[in-house]
Amino acid sequence: MSEVKKFMFVNRKAPYGTIYALESLEVVLITAAFDQDVSLAFLDDGVYQLKKSQQTKGIETKNFSPTYRALEGYDVEKLYVEKESLEARGLTEEDLLVDVTVLSSKEMGALMDEQDVVLSF
Amino acid sequence: MPSIEVNGKSYETDEEGYLINLADWNTDVANFIAQQESLNMTDNHWEVVNFLREYYEEYQIAPAVRVLTKAIGKKFGPDKGNSQYLYELFPYGPGKQACKIAGLPKPTGCI
Amino acid sequence: MLHIINKSPLGNNSLDSCLRAAGSGDILLIEDAVYAATKGNSMEGRVREAMSRLKIYVLLPDLEARGLADRIIEGVSKVEYGGFVDLVAANKNCQSWL
Repeated sequence: MSEVKKFMFVNRKAPYGTIYALESLEVVLITAAFDQDVSLAFLDDGVYQLKKSQQTKGIETKNFSPTYRALEGYDVEKLYVEKESLEARGLTEEDLLVDVTVLSSKEMGALMDEQDVVLSF
Repeated sequence: MPSIEVNGKSYETDEEGYLINLADWNTDVANFIAQQESLNMTDNHWEVVNFLREYYEEYQIAPAVRVLTKAIGKKFGPDKGNSQYLYELFPYGPGKQACKIAGLPKPTGCI
Repeated sequence: MLHIINKSPLGNNSLDSCLRAAGSGDILLIEDAVYAATKGNSMEGRVREAMSRLKIYVLLPDLEARGLADRIIEGVSKVEYGGFVDLVAANKNCQSWL
């Protein structure tokens, strides 16, 4: 296998209103098979993807939020959430359905800068 | 749309024989699909199939083979958590074949 | 009249434009716009201020899907799909701020 590269998936869209969140998650699951260094970043409305207690029966759409909890089993363990985005939405770490690392905008920017490949959703 | 008929009832499937509706699944349907795959369901087969259904229920996806193997190993021990064991049970691939029998969609990323 | 918003207030200026333009009437928040009906969102102040001249509704199934049904701003009215239809029928016209 060639050298391991650092991949970051940047998630900035809310779930359900557009297809970005689900598409990103599917690509992450596929990428996980290639043994790369994968991290996920959640900024802006992307932080809403991780909100607990989503109930999609009423909109007749698949609730894919439980799948974020499967990422650990796929060895995708680096989940970063931007602090400013959480605060602008009245959310805290306790509102999220997985364990994450909360970073400031500056820290997030620096982490993005370190990546070999950035995939934007 | 293709379908299979079990006990006089018709169930929709996709082109490859995966059930369309998760809720359609029952053990008779599972046995029927297994038979079509020329598999004789033993307790060991059921263990994997039931595990897959539980996994899906919890995470809303069918696990990749690598993830399934690891998770089976964690739950049932290293004798079962290896690809040789799982491929002996499901020669065409534990992901593809076991998921089909479990009434789940094909695992994401499975070609 | 009825104004319908379906974009998140923090990712798009639809709600902003609507609040700037609409003098009176009803606003219905659907899809990603339901985030505007939640407490703690940085648009909360603007939404509360608009409630003095506009009646604000939120589509409950969309709020539930996003896990925020317990965080609705007081005074915002919840509607189901039937209520959505009633609002459209009760108003003489409707602008969707796409």
